[in-house]
Amino acid sequence: MVQSIVLSGVAIGCIYALIGITYNVMFAASRVFSFTAGTLGMLGGILGALFIARFGLPVAVGFLLVLAAGAVFGIVTEIVAVRPVLRSIEQHLYVLSTLALALMVQQVAAIEWGTDARPFPRLLDLARGDFDQQVWLPMAACLVAIVGLELLYRHTLIGHAFLAIAEDAYAARGLGLPVRGLRMTSFALAGAIGALAGFAGGELLLAYFGNAPLLTFYGFVPVALGGMGNNRGAVAAGLLLGLFQQAANFLVGGIFASVAVFAVFILVLLARPEGLAGATLARRV
Amino acid sequence: MEMPAARLQPRRAAGLGAARAFGSAPAFLVLLLLALAFPLFGGGYWGTIATRACVYWVLVSGLNLVVGFAGQIAIGWVALLTLGAYATSVLAAGNVMPAISPYLALAAAAVVGAVFGLIVGLPALRLRTFYFAITTLGFATIVTQVALAWQSVTGGGVGVPGPVFSPPFDTQWGFYYFCLGLAALCTWMTANVAASRFGRALTAIRDAEVAAEACGIAKPALLAAVFLFSGAVAGVAGGLFASLQSYITPDAFTLDLSVLFFIAILIGGRGSILGPLLGTILLTVLPEFAAPLVAWSTFLYAVLLLAIVLLMPGGIADLLDFKNRRPLASHRAIVPRPELLPRLIGAPVRESALTLDRVALSFGGVRAIDGLDLAIRSGQVHGLIGPNGSGKTTTLNVISGYYAQQRGAVRLNDADLPPFVRHARARMRIARTFQTPRIVGAASVIENVMIGGTIAGRGTFVESLLSLPRHRADEARLRDAAVLALSIVGLEALAPVRADRLQHSELRFIEIARALMLRPAFLLLDEPAAGLSADEIKRLGALLRAIASAGTGVLLVEHHADLIFDVCHHVTVLNLGRMLAAGTPAEIRAHREVVNAYLGG
Repeated sequence: MVQSIVLSGVAIGCIYALIGITYNVMFAASRVFSFTAGTLGMLGGILGALFIARFGLPVAVGFLLVLAAGAVFGIVTEIVAVRPVLRSIEQHLYVLSTLALALMVQQVAAIEWGTDARPFPRLLDLARGDFDQQVWLPMAACLVAIVGLELLYRHTLIGHAFLAIAEDAYAARGLGLPVRGLRMTSFALAGAIGALAGFAGGELLLAYFGNAPLLTFYGFVPVALGGMGNNRGAVAAGLLLGLFQQAANFLVGGIFASVAVFAVFILVLLARPEGLAGATLARRV
Repeated sequence: MEMPAARLQPRRAAGLGAARAFGSAPAFLVLLLLALAFPLFGGGYWGTIATRACVYWVLVSGLNLVVGFAGQIAIGWVALLTLGAYATSVLAAGNVMPAISPYLALAAAAVVGAVFGLIVGLPALRLRTFYFAITTLGFATIVTQVALAWQSVTGGGVGVPGPVFSPPFDTQWGFYYFCLGLAALCTWMTANVAASRFGRALTAIRDAEVAAEACGIAKPALLAAVFLFSGAVAGVAGGLFASLQSYITPDAFTLDLSVLFFIAILIGGRGSILGPLLGTILLTVLPEFAAPLVAWSTFLYAVLLLAIVLLMPGGIADLLDFKNRRPLASHRAIVPRPELLPRLIGAPVRESALTLDRVALSFGGVRAIDGLDLAIRSGQVHGLIGPNGSGKTTTLNVISGYYAQQRGAVRLNDADLPPFVRHARARMRIARTFQTPRIVGAASVIENVMIGGTIAGRGTFVESLLSLPRHRADEARLRDAAVLALSIVGLEALAPVRADRLQHSELRFIEIARALMLRPAFLLLDEPAAGLSADEIKRLGALLRAIASAGTGVLLVEHHADLIFDVCHHVTVLNLGRMLAAGTPAEIRAHREVVNAYLGG
């Protein structure tokens, strides 16, 4: 029993962590938190089921198409909902524009795909077991994403450029970096990671349009608690969240588990608004 | 120059009473008449739609104070509608205790809504925009889940019947008039708040939070009052909604409803009552014109939201704001009338002093201020000059509580000023202006100035809601004082104009007028002459001299050496956080090091 709680907790935690990383990658490139992060996870599940189960495409092809679709949606987000409002970022219009975009996509999904949760296909032809693919796939995806991002940021030129615009976009522009192109690339990357989260966690979460707001909320918890822009913090906080949620699920029942997660989230944030990892406040006057 | 006595009387600009909320009183009356006469035209189904619009507006009117006025991005307000609906239905049906009258149940729903409004809202005091938006979203998701799971009370997925009100409110039109009455009441109450010092303080928190603090506005108490009110009306709306639906299940409370409420406000325009009212009607009615649209209504709202944000951030209210489209005179001179000062500030304050005693503050390894002594006395202008980065603004920020010194003390007379309690400065009558003017651009000039007098009001939030006598007395007094303050700085002709249409130099004088509303014992000015023409600087100098003569101690942080030497009684020169020299302007002008380092040969 404990084993299954831990396994499913870690698996769910990895999905939350991936959505948290999605938030972070977009935030690093633009200083914007986007409501589309959870939408990407929802799209990963629905499109995966659409391509593989309904169209009958091979799993590998379906997977690549899902990643590509996520990347495209990331770019669309940047062009439609982020770039136009970046100039007046202190007005926080991005909250509204990304919310609008997220709602549009969610609504299209609800109408075209339906409002029922539908099964997600089994990706690998393996026998079911305790350590099933539905729990290890999200873990593997999370591991690949975090290791890949670390390698990218540390060892490649474009990774250094990402870090430069995350640190100071004005200075980066001054150095001659193509800030707009880098930002779009970041959003494409974030889109692929978000779609990966929904795809790898498809069997756990099912192909369901209502995952969008759930993931938007639960995926933001690791960001808020792990410290914004901090991917390792997001993974740690995501795993904690997943374990806590599954344990509460078992101990007090599903609904009150949600209440417990929400209450803990609010209390921690109120005690430490900058997250458990900490960050400094900006100059105001 | 001799002034005719009559000119000393501050001129009352026409139409000053036109706070944006009340300026459109005829529009509200027309809407109310149409709504009253509606049963003459509309059939049965349209009656339901009209009732629904009224119910939605009861909620949106309260949410409008949170979103449109205070600028808090609360997207999960459907949670309070859900709570109100279940509270009313469950209490009226007697699921947990003996059934009570639906009217009592409705009142109980208001209480439940108010309590939860406060619980959902209070994180806004600590959390930044997106964080707060996410917490309200999370709350909405969870309330629906609880409604689904708590079967013994809510009936779970099966639901509970909504309350039925007694005659005459049990027929379709009877219930419609009941809802319409409550909607009209909410309109009236929120319009009262909008036009009160509380409404202006909310917009100040939204658009110029730092200035709001400097004016003594305590954000926690104000937001708490607004969340209580907004939650209460949302709870009532929930009860009405349940009765209108006649049967409620958790499915009825989707996030789509939340989105409708939120977007109605943004389409209507922030800081307006009429705009969001029209927005609510529009969004309720729009999907009814074409049946296929119903499924796509949320998509449509989202498209509208995106379009509004990107193309028309001011919303409907801006479209209707004809008054502010008339061109302003292009050559406007600011002619202050300092002779009116004694009438605003009153008798000179008793002799007092604001002193800094060996104050030090470092940021990391940088010593911004390093053992600074300073004494500002009432009735004197004290100049603080020095090159960029010498610690002038930091000094000002320590005095007004934005930074805490690491060593040394800041004292008013003999009492230590507490660090970080910024809004307490206003009660000690210490006022300030900012290097970049902090103004509520969407509010009129006179409203901006009235924000400065917020703490002078005596009425409570509830008195303003109901427009009781103390509220009306406060408003009259604040308005008179603001007209006087505007006359003193020479901008009374611009009183009804939107502040964001003004020139930069005019904004600087508005900030001074706003600071004067505190009848300050000490006035801290951060580069007031930056961006002013030579003529304007001269007039500013005369004004500052007059302010000091009226008994106020002035701290003037400036780069314009001429202004400093013209008006100051005493000058302190800073370099790298330390005092380089101090003395009368004549002494400073002769100080060799100062001349070499700063003033130039």
